[in-house]
Amino acid sequence: MAIDTEPLVVNIGPQHPSTHGVFRMRVTLDGERITDAEMIVGYLHRSMEKLAEERTWTQNIPFTDRMDYLAAMTGNLSYCIAVERLASIEVPERAQYLRVIFAELQRIASHAMANGTFVNDCGAWQTPLLYMFREREKVLDLFEMTCGARLTLNYMRIGGVAFDLPDEFLPQLRSLLDELPDRIAEYEQLLVDNEILLMRSRGIGVLSPEMAMNSSMSGPMLRGSGIAWDVRKADPYCVYDRMDFDIPVGHTGDSYDRFRVRMEEVRQSVRIIEQAVAQLPPGRHCADVPLNFRPPEGEIYSRIESPKGELGFYLISDGGPQPYRFHVRSPSLINLSALREMVVGQTVADAIVTLGSIDLNVGEMDR
Amino acid sequence: MPATAKLSGERLQERIDAAVPGAIEQAANAWVCVRPEQLVATMTFLRDDRELDGRYLNALSGVDRYDYFEIVYHVSSLSHNHEMTLKVRADHDEPEVPSVASVWRGAHLQEREVYDLLGVSFAGHPKLARIFLWDGFPGHPLRKDFMAMPGGRSPGLRAFPNEDEETWGGEFRGD
Amino acid sequence: MQLLGRWYDFRDLGNGVARLIEALEDVGAPDGVIYAVTGLLGAVAILVFVAIAAVMNSWIERRLIARIQVRRGPNRTGRFGLLQPVADAIKLIQKEALQPARADGLVFSLAPILIFIPAILAFAVLPWGEQMVLADLNVGVLYLLALGSTTTIIIFMAGYASNNKYALLGSMRAIAMLISYELPMVMALLGVVTFAGTMQMSGIVAFQETHWSWLIFFQPLAFLIFLLGSTAELNRTPADISEAESEIVAGFHIEYSGMKFGLFYAVELINAVAVSGVITALFLGGWWAFGLEQWIPGWLIFIGKLYGVYFILIWFRGTLPRFRIDQLMAFAWKFLLPLAIVNVFAASIEVLLWREYDLSAGLVLPIAAAVNLALAVVLIAGWGRVMGAAYEQEPRRPRLFSEIDVPLPGDGPASGPAAASEPATA
Repeated sequence: MAIDTEPLVVNIGPQHPSTHGVFRMRVTLDGERITDAEMIVGYLHRSMEKLAEERTWTQNIPFTDRMDYLAAMTGNLSYCIAVERLASIEVPERAQYLRVIFAELQRIASHAMANGTFVNDCGAWQTPLLYMFREREKVLDLFEMTCGARLTLNYMRIGGVAFDLPDEFLPQLRSLLDELPDRIAEYEQLLVDNEILLMRSRGIGVLSPEMAMNSSMSGPMLRGSGIAWDVRKADPYCVYDRMDFDIPVGHTGDSYDRFRVRMEEVRQSVRIIEQAVAQLPPGRHCADVPLNFRPPEGEIYSRIESPKGELGFYLISDGGPQPYRFHVRSPSLINLSALREMVVGQTVADAIVTLGSIDLNVGEMDR
Repeated sequence: MPATAKLSGERLQERIDAAVPGAIEQAANAWVCVRPEQLVATMTFLRDDRELDGRYLNALSGVDRYDYFEIVYHVSSLSHNHEMTLKVRADHDEPEVPSVASVWRGAHLQEREVYDLLGVSFAGHPKLARIFLWDGFPGHPLRKDFMAMPGGRSPGLRAFPNEDEETWGGEFRGD
Repeated sequence: MQLLGRWYDFRDLGNGVARLIEALEDVGAPDGVIYAVTGLLGAVAILVFVAIAAVMNSWIERRLIARIQVRRGPNRTGRFGLLQPVADAIKLIQKEALQPARADGLVFSLAPILIFIPAILAFAVLPWGEQMVLADLNVGVLYLLALGSTTTIIIFMAGYASNNKYALLGSMRAIAMLISYELPMVMALLGVVTFAGTMQMSGIVAFQETHWSWLIFFQPLAFLIFLLGSTAELNRTPADISEAESEIVAGFHIEYSGMKFGLFYAVELINAVAVSGVITALFLGGWWAFGLEQWIPGWLIFIGKLYGVYFILIWFRGTLPRFRIDQLMAFAWKFLLPLAIVNVFAASIEVLLWREYDLSAGLVLPIAAAVNLALAVVLIAGWGRVMGAAYEQEPRRPRLFSEIDVPLPGDGPASGPAAASEPATA
């Protein structure tokens, strides 16, 4: 007698400890194996693109904080650079360096979070996450010192940054930079050769280079798959062209490679900050930008390398006080393009690991 | 200093016309506008051509231009480090353009987003459904006439408060 | 010593019971009454210990894990946060006991109560002190293993009655895992039983006392297998797949709220104590500690060792990621089981030689200990290499852009040598 079986449809999310917010994945299971997966997003949709069309160019900066709330600085930066390019505003050199310093600090904080939650998704009981939080806290302390906020920073301005550095900033940054390489070495010692972590993440969620490129992947997803592409190198903004740093590139494109690429990027960020601090020139921290700021008519697509990937803004100005169109190319959403291909055929446990290695942020995904 | 080069519309037109004749509707300085009928052929050529090498779709955005919709494709080549901008126009009343999800997988979610927020349908998309809003949401919020106010007015500022139209840029932030 | 042998001698609580039996016999009480009175006394004592342990262990575990995780842990309620378990319990009791609409009400409510039974019954055979075994069964080891298996049914009851897909997945995983891990654990204990020549818990401790050694030295492999197997039996990291928080949220007890969840949580802690107690008795000499029991009450030694083992379990939990279910199964069937079989084989030969030729224990046991230690090291290293995964050979560190020439996928356009293959040259 044949046994009647029916596939089990399970909703992973929107309330689930490992979906990093309110992401939802509806998977069809055959036993533990996923035969079909469908992503359902939009639980955090706040219609930022529409709202932005009714606010002035400067008023839109806080929206960019609330997109990727774990990397608010790069959200600010990307928008401000886009507007500056649109309006051809010259940014003072000191502001450029400050932007680099803060963007890289933000990258450290975001990657610490991403790697911590990734190992958490592999089943480690919060320990790596809390270790990583140690460094993230120090970065957030620096942010707080400079702009008074820790999460939604609203620090960048069109034409520069909002505040110059306080006096205590550089010594504290110095001590952070001194201990970070040791900390990264410590994490690598604790994690990278862990047999269970290797078993769980090696060969899981493999993304071939062709697939990564065709799916518009960006950031560590693209680099983990073996494509050496970094907007900071390819299309330098701010003063990245004066910095000497490396791009880590993965071997096979599995979850472990992405994890290691992020780990290595933190190290490179430390290098960049060291150089930026050494070269930091005196001067003004913000250009003169009129309060009634109107960029000329035109359109621009401008991108930067955010911790999640290529964060782009497509802005259209009709010469008025507000943007005519404010479109965000959010890496968190587009990095999920290949999710179905990566997840189908895996077990539930692997799907969680794969999802963790993508490092999505629902705030940025849904906007 | 290596920077991403932007291919001019004329160069793009020249190159595309040779392979897909009559595909270009209009070429401007920074972009080309493609005819919807030739869109998929053009994009496939763009992707497979060794010189243009548009294997990477950066962004796909939709714009409501009042009379028509405009879908903007930012395509770049990671090998040559250049980027191209292509546009396609859709009728405002019944907007439909062919889907490029078969050319780039990365277009899949972005087309769904444009469909959801602007109501442009993409013919040939494997699964065209709303992505952010729920099924049955009335209207498409990013359209300029969404929840239009009486008298054709729209929310937002036309000018800054207390602003003298003659002296734009006259007010500066103190240093 | 003045106190020695008095009924109130706290160093040997079993002695008090023995006095009580004598007193009862003196007044001519029937055997049934004596049995009932002493049994009840022991049971109450064990229940008090279990209750205190369940409450305190949650504090101990949280504090220790907090230390591992560079934070402080509960420290606001009472001194050192000692009242935190009480606060937790009050919170859990206050909470509404929700029940899913389509759940099987009876089974759903029964499961958290039933799961207590095997957990508490296991304490009956633990040798707390020289005369302190509540039920000194002559098949004590078998009894413990049998209790371990009953838990499976109750976990499945909880998962199945919840009518939740995560719970179903969790209970499916629990069954698969528990059944698999039963085997290597039985095999591991077989080696111990072979050496001790008895299945009685007190007998096994007595064997260790007689030969002035702990069984962990004779059976290191069995100890490791049993320890790893018991993490699976206990649903603890790295084998907590049946309640994997990051995957299936809480597995079989996802739908339980309030005190029903509290019961599952308490049972988890009690089970950990029970398994630590079993490991203590079987491998670490129980209440016997190289003469130290002359000075310190045996039951304190036992509890001390028990918490030592419990600390190892907490340590596992704080540091290790989780296995995937098939990896866990493969680990049980392909790694632990063959090793356990070899271990039983070796132990049998040693004991056979010892008994058959009537050799002196002083000669045989050190040799057996050395042989078994060498066997454990060789087997673990060797078999680990045989079973090693293919990824072991793969490079782990990401390549750096400046170090190597990273080609782009596909053919890549042929224009320009360096610029063609690279998006940017630094």
